[in-house]
Amino acid sequence: MPELACTPTEMMTIEAARRLRGSMVCFVGIGLPSAAANLARALHAPGVVLIYEAGAIGSKPDVLPLSIGDGELAETADTVVSVPEIFRYWLQGGRVDVGFLGAAQIDRLGRINTTVIGDYRNPAVRLPGAGGAPEIATSAKEVLIVMKQSKRNFVEKLDFVTSSGFVDRPASHPCARGRGRTTVITDLGVMTSDPSTHELTLSAVHPSITAERAIAETGWKLSVAADLGSTASPSEHELATLRDLFARTARAHGSTITAPSE
Amino acid sequence: MAEITSLREAVAALVADGNQVAMEGFTHLIPFAAGHEVIRQRKRNLKLVRMTPDVIYDQVIGMGCAESLIFSWGGNPGVGSLHRFREAVQAGWPRPLEIEEHSHADMAARYQAGASGLPFAVLRGYIGSDLPRYNQKIRFIECPFTGETLAATPALNPDVALLHAQKADRKGNVLIHGFIGVQKEAALASAKVLVTVEEIVDRLDASMNACVLPSWVVTCVAHVPGGAHPSYAHGYYSRDNAFYKGWDAISRDRERFTAWMNRHVMSTSDFAEYRRSIASEAAAAPQKEVSLA
Repeated sequence: MPELACTPTEMMTIEAARRLRGSMVCFVGIGLPSAAANLARALHAPGVVLIYEAGAIGSKPDVLPLSIGDGELAETADTVVSVPEIFRYWLQGGRVDVGFLGAAQIDRLGRINTTVIGDYRNPAVRLPGAGGAPEIATSAKEVLIVMKQSKRNFVEKLDFVTSSGFVDRPASHPCARGRGRTTVITDLGVMTSDPSTHELTLSAVHPSITAERAIAETGWKLSVAADLGSTASPSEHELATLRDLFARTARAHGSTITAPSE
Repeated sequence: MAEITSLREAVAALVADGNQVAMEGFTHLIPFAAGHEVIRQRKRNLKLVRMTPDVIYDQVIGMGCAESLIFSWGGNPGVGSLHRFREAVQAGWPRPLEIEEHSHADMAARYQAGASGLPFAVLRGYIGSDLPRYNQKIRFIECPFTGETLAATPALNPDVALLHAQKADRKGNVLIHGFIGVQKEAALASAKVLVTVEEIVDRLDASMNACVLPSWVVTCVAHVPGGAHPSYAHGYYSRDNAFYKGWDAISRDRERFTAWMNRHVMSTSDFAEYRRSIASEAAAAPQKEVSLA
């Protein structure tokens, strides 16, 4: 197998960016989701509408924000609204096609934990908490999750269910259980949810990654799609655009900025 | 009508021990100067409220001012954990911190209910989440029209809201612009409102639909240029990302944190002197690396 010319995080970010197309309306979390969404804008999807929970609708930043409310997100937006309005009219109002999230832990149903590791009342590690995720994950028509994969964070049982997904949406929900999809992009490959049970199945692996390795790095018995695919290696253009985005971001913020470490 | 006064007098008059206090500002316009004055005046047993307790509440909690916190996301944005918040939750230092945890959509709705004079907020929230199992204030009701199950949480009505804004006029009308977060809702939900501003002007020159808090819903206005630093004030200064990154190392250790706070906050008389104090220290320090992780 030839060695990849990119890092696993670059592969993951590029594959996540490929999932955004056309004029999708995307509610973006900070960090890797924001990097991937802005990469998509710079590559093949300039018409993607990015919503940030601080109140920005249609942000077109030239560099990546460090916080969810950086000034450039407001300056480049089509409109800036209040936080109650973002969550009421734009998210719960059913106007978001894709909720784009990261997490500390995930389970086989695509439910995520961003609250605690260990017992809630006596936590081993206190994480930041819910933020916008519980309603993003249960209001968007499709959920994208991007996170590095290991047995430690792809778990049989979550320590805490912060945000569920399609599996718990009732029939009365505008976008109910069975009517949407969760896709998880990791540094090893891609998992896609079953349309009816919502269980995550390995649907593709990245170049030079085997299904066996993805299974070994998953804490539950991971099902593999009968037609398991392989993601395309990053093109020179994709990789150059990603690296340029990070370099621009570093220059703009006036300090040495690196992609999340391996 | 709002009284235009010094920040020291305003905090002394408006914030009492045991109050429920909301310092709002979503990444932008975070009222750091007002938070520091609360710490300087050694307020105690505060019941803190804030959607995104970031570095300001790390400082208030680490200095022992708070007994509880209502929040929806507690981290150092773009950097990582809030170490003082974490140590209060995990180890009860410097004192135990009771937490009440919600989601952003819920906190925003709770402020709206409070501003509206309604007893509770309703939202399509917490579907499948464990949060309602640990927070008795998150309950569920049946829609009387459709039968759908919806989340309900009590209105937020803090004793006092502390905010930062760009401008006030000499009558105390306040203009907020850029990311306005939940500031209007927090102000209208609270019994008393203190706003620090970048400048006091003769005329606000606000556009017709701008976010303006009329003087008669504001209790006190204090002129504190730079009062949102290290967060930012749109049109005045940018977010000091290096400070947020540097806070990670300062706050990781109890002794280093306490020494830093004693030197820069407790030993200074106001925010201007605090800014000079940290600037003189920063002048000698090497540039830090910033990560997007």
